Amino acid sequence: MKLRIDITACDGRGLCAEVVPELVSLDDWGFPIIFADVPAELAEHARLAVRLCPRLALRLER
Amino acid sequence: MRPRLLPDGPSKGPTSLPGHLARYGPPAPPARSRRRREELIGEVELAGLAGRGGAGFPTARKLAAVAERRQAVVIGNGTEGEPASAKDKVLLARSPHLVLDGAVAAAELVGAAEAIIVAHPAVADRVVAAAADRRRVRLDRVRLSIVSAAEEFVAGEASAVVRWLERGTPKPKATPRRLSERGLHGRPTLVQNVETLAHLALITRYGAGWFRAVGTDSEPGSMLVTLAGAVKYPGVYEVAIGTAVGEVLDVGGGPSGPLGGLLIGGYFGTWVDPAEAAAVPSSAEGLRALGAGVGAGLIAALPATSCGLTETARIARYLASASAGQCGPCVFGLDAIAGQVERLADGRNPDLARLRRWLGQVGSGRGACKHPDGTVSMIASALRQFGAEADRHVAGWCTGTATSVLPAPTWGRR
Repeated sequence: MKLRIDITACDGRGLCAEVVPELVSLDDWGFPIIFADVPAELAEHARLAVRLCPRLALRLER
Repeated sequence: MRPRLLPDGPSKGPTSLPGHLARYGPPAPPARSRRRREELIGEVELAGLAGRGGAGFPTARKLAAVAERRQAVVIGNGTEGEPASAKDKVLLARSPHLVLDGAVAAAELVGAAEAIIVAHPAVADRVVAAAADRRRVRLDRVRLSIVSAAEEFVAGEASAVVRWLERGTPKPKATPRRLSERGLHGRPTLVQNVETLAHLALITRYGAGWFRAVGTDSEPGSMLVTLAGAVKYPGVYEVAIGTAVGEVLDVGGGPSGPLGGLLIGGYFGTWVDPAEAAAVPSSAEGLRALGAGVGAGLIAALPATSCGLTETARIARYLASASAGQCGPCVFGLDAIAGQVERLADGRNPDLARLRRWLGQVGSGRGACKHPDGTVSMIASALRQFGAEADRHVAGWCTGTATSVLPAPTWGRR
């Protein structure tokens, strides 16, 4: 499973980095740097990050 | 080598339709059957033609991807937003019919009824006139239209060209769908650089064997180059792929004095050492050894009297302001990076560690297009090539005495 972002929709709110810091870090301007490969044990957290993104910028790909 | 695409010898203005047909002969007859189209795409594959807009993607693969779909449309991309580059403008201005032949050939190969040439506004009139001449004698079965391009750096990116035609805003799309599947108004779309189309026009006429007679085995054919900066006769020339970089400079009369650096490829290109580069073949394979690439065919020569960091700071600021403004890392990151490069150029207490961290964060494939990545890799190459000068700037002095040579126009700024 891959965690993907539509960077044009992202506003740098940063919720994703709080929910799955293992997969998302923030750059110096608060925009996410994403480690795309989601290990099985983090799948639930990744789904939560997708659900919580206020800009609907995240999605999961099989 | 004798030029293939540009007029052979001095010429004024565009080659007329009769002049064009006298030189090259009539265009190849249209491919009516599917089998004949597949054969011709196979010929393009044998020829080994790769795109000349910067990415160098194999043309036959793009043709094949669009050919299997219905309602296709062809776009000839002559936007050339690269400020120091002129090869597409010169090609369109001097050999418009060759590009139009190529657009028609591409349309026939993919089964499209329509081809649109997006031409830089400086030369669009000439292409319009050339298309009118063809219409008068009913030369083409494909509908040709000419659209004036947007004058912005990112406007030449393939999805930005599509959006320019759709909505009049030349911004790259973040769509995961390929243009070959869903492009202009949802139709399968083939976007090819105008130089690529010109080569295609000659391959469909003369075949793969003829095309491969110049160039290297893995990168056949000729290429247009723009020589800018400190050469005796800056301009657009045609050389065989694989010609040594030093010999390419000699085609433009050679350096006009001692050189301090070469920017190869374009503003997304790579600063290299002129002495190191002199014997290196101008091909993707050859330039890879220098960490560089052919890009859009620009070679800009920096005189030894100019400061490479000052030059890089100007280009970095230009590129930062040319961001389409859609992606945070590009909008904020490039602006901050350009600020640090300016501090370095001016010797105003630069923070090189921070600059390097930012280059790593912003240049790692995070944008909707490659604008941040290209800008970052150009700046990183400047830090390598002008490393000694950077140390001097940190210490508070600069060895440059001459003014700048590379254009950084203001039309990209919002």
